[in-house]
Amino acid sequence: MLTQSPLFLLTMARVRSFLREPGAVFWTFGFPLLITVALGMAFRDQGPPRSVVALVDGPRAAELRSALEAEPSVAVEVMSSEIAAARLRAARVLLVLDGGRDANAPIVYRFDPSRPDALSARRAVDDCLQRHAGQKPVWPTRDETAVARGGRYVDWMVPGLLGMQLLSGALWGTAWTIVNARQRKLLKRLAATPMRRGHFLLSFRLAGLLFVPLQVAMLFAFARLAFGVRIQGDLLSVLGLSLFGSWSFAGLGLLCAARSQNTETANGLVNLVTMPMFILCGVFFSSAKFPDLLQPVIRFLPLSAFNEALRHIVNDGTSLLNEGVPLAILLGWGLISAVVALRLFRWT
Amino acid sequence: MDLAIRIQGLVKRYGDVVAVNGLDLEIRRGECFGLLGPNGAGKTTTVEIMEGLTPPTAGTVELLGKHWDRDGDALRERIGVSLQETKLFEKLTVEETLVLFRSFYDPARALEVEALLAEMQLGEKRSAQVHKLSGGQRQRLAVALGVMGDPDVLFLDEPTTGLDPQSRRALWDTVAALRDRGKTVVLTTHYMDEAERLCDRVAIIDHGKLIAIGTPNELIDGIGGHHLVELETDIPLEPAALADVEGVRAARVSGAGLALSIGEPHVALPALFARLRERAARPTRLVSRVATLDDVFLSLTGRTLRED
Repeated sequence: MLTQSPLFLLTMARVRSFLREPGAVFWTFGFPLLITVALGMAFRDQGPPRSVVALVDGPRAAELRSALEAEPSVAVEVMSSEIAAARLRAARVLLVLDGGRDANAPIVYRFDPSRPDALSARRAVDDCLQRHAGQKPVWPTRDETAVARGGRYVDWMVPGLLGMQLLSGALWGTAWTIVNARQRKLLKRLAATPMRRGHFLLSFRLAGLLFVPLQVAMLFAFARLAFGVRIQGDLLSVLGLSLFGSWSFAGLGLLCAARSQNTETANGLVNLVTMPMFILCGVFFSSAKFPDLLQPVIRFLPLSAFNEALRHIVNDGTSLLNEGVPLAILLGWGLISAVVALRLFRWT
Repeated sequence: MDLAIRIQGLVKRYGDVVAVNGLDLEIRRGECFGLLGPNGAGKTTTVEIMEGLTPPTAGTVELLGKHWDRDGDALRERIGVSLQETKLFEKLTVEETLVLFRSFYDPARALEVEALLAEMQLGEKRSAQVHKLSGGQRQRLAVALGVMGDPDVLFLDEPTTGLDPQSRRALWDTVAALRDRGKTVVLTTHYMDEAERLCDRVAIIDHGKLIAIGTPNELIDGIGGHHLVELETDIPLEPAALADVEGVRAARVSGAGLALSIGEPHVALPALFARLRERAARPTRLVSRVATLDDVFLSLTGRTLRED
């Protein structure tokens, strides 16, 4: 009978212990949502970017300012020439515009030519002012703007956040709990029973997997409501990959827990494993920014493989079945880490 | 003789520290056997080797005629364990914990959870999470988990350490009931009264070595008598001055006075008073009491058990 099976009861023991620990529930479910909110707010869609242009106060300031209202890509602020110079130095404005005493004096553009956005702001402002002064375009033109689906930063970021969440959840959930049980001699007590030792270790992976669908659902539901992030591929692929990734990551957790005699050591090991991956594996920014020399290493890290496959599914709409290479990488990490961990594992 | 456990030449070293230093023991089936000694004597290490949790550095352990390296799985079905200060799954309830542990054992042999809850007086606490239990309740739960598989040998490592007197007595009754049912119980303790009350035989261990073994009565007989007189006099007396008094079996210096082991107080005390009159010595303090295993340990090692 299932309810009498040691594996079922051990898994339930994990699930119950987790749900009865409010702190653990918050760090698993609440905290990732808070990160999503914070990052989503920092990178939210603010419409077309506007460049700030400083207009030096003078006889022509009012006229130039009203002329520039026709240009949507710039925001004009009127200020004294000293303040404008200071702000240009501090890169708080891209361009300083000085209209001079009257219409006979040349309009002066002051900017740093090494900044491409300063050049484009200068062009936009100049075009606008020349049109205002009566210049007519020779050839007619029309603009068509396009943003690809799933192409915004927040669309790119959310899958990486899920990867980070599953990795840290699997590692902390496994390593901390096992080492804590060893430190409190619970492992030793269990080792004195006829319990199949594999059942105990398997129960951690099973209990971890039970929460994965909930983690996936909460993160994507929230990202959709708050930021309009849509999953372009199929939900089953997302779920399947998440379960597989979590299973693979838990092997690393087991490895961190195999020998550690106290939770401090385990915490250190978990940080040692997770922190570099959070930075290298494209969670908050693309791993393409790292030198070419590192790229092969980065590609083979389990979190990179997971994030790459998940982004294909979520942003490009592919299916899990097309993600053979990342799946193989995850499988390799999951198997090797688990086998090594079992060899090293100490019950006392 | 039907043996439950036979230990020969047991040694356990941790680096330079010798925890167990050449121990031989035979524990019979159906007896309650006490391992007695001060903290750090090697009791817990010895028990954990018997339980198959720690491999010995040298020596052999035979448990129920089997060996840990060959028959570990079979042996774990037949022993029960209560470790020193075990923490369990703190967030599980008493009942959930019992159900979980029951699932590890052969269901045909394992005890029923309801019966154990009743026997260990944990029925009212069945829905309480483990971290909310008192020390006594926690220890009763640990013993309940130990007997869950209806073991042939039950190991209890310091089962009453840290408990209040009432909880200790309740646990003693539980252990006595198990012993009376014919279970082999191996118990470590540094409480002499616990060993005297529960154990059929006792081994006294110090610095990883066996220094005495026998029934509590035999051990107390070994120091010369079941009664002890503690005597201080106004004129200091040498032990030799009283050693030949009728009924006095041994005399030694103890604290500010003398400790005399005596067989029968009604013979020894009148003769002792007569000798004191002869010597013109007046007792300033005189206590006559039944000797305990504490006195045995003191006479064997010169130290008391409670010293850490």
